[in-house]
Amino acid sequence: MAMTFVWTGMVVLSLVFGAVFGRLDAVANAALEGAQSAIQLSLSMAGILCLWSGVMEVMNVSGLSAGLAKAFRPFLRRLLPNACQDTETLAAVSANVSANLLGLGNAATPLGIRAARRMAQGCYGVASNELCLLVVLNTASIQLIPATIASVRAAAGCETPFDILPAVWFASVLSVLAGLSAAWLFSHWGKRK
Amino acid sequence: MNWSSLVIPLLLAGIALYGTGKRMDVYAALTHGAEEGLTVLLRVVPALVGLLTAVSMFRASGAMEWLSDACSPLLGLLGIPPETAPLMLVRPVSGNGALAVASDLMASHGPDSYIGRVAAVMLGSTETTFYTIAVYFGSAGIHKTRHTVPAALAADLSGFAAAALAVRLFFGT
Repeated sequence: MAMTFVWTGMVVLSLVFGAVFGRLDAVANAALEGAQSAIQLSLSMAGILCLWSGVMEVMNVSGLSAGLAKAFRPFLRRLLPNACQDTETLAAVSANVSANLLGLGNAATPLGIRAARRMAQGCYGVASNELCLLVVLNTASIQLIPATIASVRAAAGCETPFDILPAVWFASVLSVLAGLSAAWLFSHWGKRK
Repeated sequence: MNWSSLVIPLLLAGIALYGTGKRMDVYAALTHGAEEGLTVLLRVVPALVGLLTAVSMFRASGAMEWLSDACSPLLGLLGIPPETAPLMLVRPVSGNGALAVASDLMASHGPDSYIGRVAAVMLGSTETTFYTIAVYFGSAGIHKTRHTVPAALAADLSGFAAAALAVRLFFGT
């Protein structure tokens, strides 16, 4: 439903601004061109996107993501000490983090939900500090290879679509750290009151 | 040669060798995954048609410029280029919307321009925050989300500022 408001808002604002600035011809053309460019974009993205989904599948089946999940356990035990006493929650959370890292969004969400459900037991609908942390961790992107973005860059005519990798890693790490420290700060604030 | 050109061939070869070493059918898994990629794409295309239409209209009408100008004093403080304001507004709400806005920015400024790169890094270092929160808490039966939303938005905002900073550090403006 939220997207209905966003879409309607954009179209109505375009109409109003176009009428005020006398740009209605351009707006009308842009609507048709935009729809066409969506198909062009999708077609030029398709190759990289499919190749990458294939690579992900190989990583998943070969047990590479499971190995990565194991490597994360010590870190997660520190971050979520209460929840990770339950081995099944720990397994789900670590698999969730490793799927996120590899860009397996479709696999990460059900794993994260399984962990969130177990952590929500006995909370009576109120999120615990650790559950907030888990969700914040999932709202901050931690992808190693952002394949979709690379495919959009390639579609726009970029010759080295992956050269932004170090910049993406740098920004992701800062964003995750900011999210975790904000969650930690806010939870301590709550206690003092 | 760009060093990043090494990442992809190395990764493909490494995964193929690792899988073969584990005696799995690497090629079958690859094509099966690619097939799944096609279904993902099929789900994205209708959203992109709707959203790129709206984004192009928004730009052509001058509303995008107005929005960027309105946000520029605040964004200037954080070192974020004001042209990316629409991307930052859409990002937490809709992943496909953000993809549409970013591709529009890359098409109009160039994928290797400062703004094009910042848009790409912003897209890569943040998530569809509100969607994620709704899915997780919705399925876990949580209705009091406490400090999750402010903390997640703090992560997004720092991600945006860090994206602009990272592009300046690694590529210059």
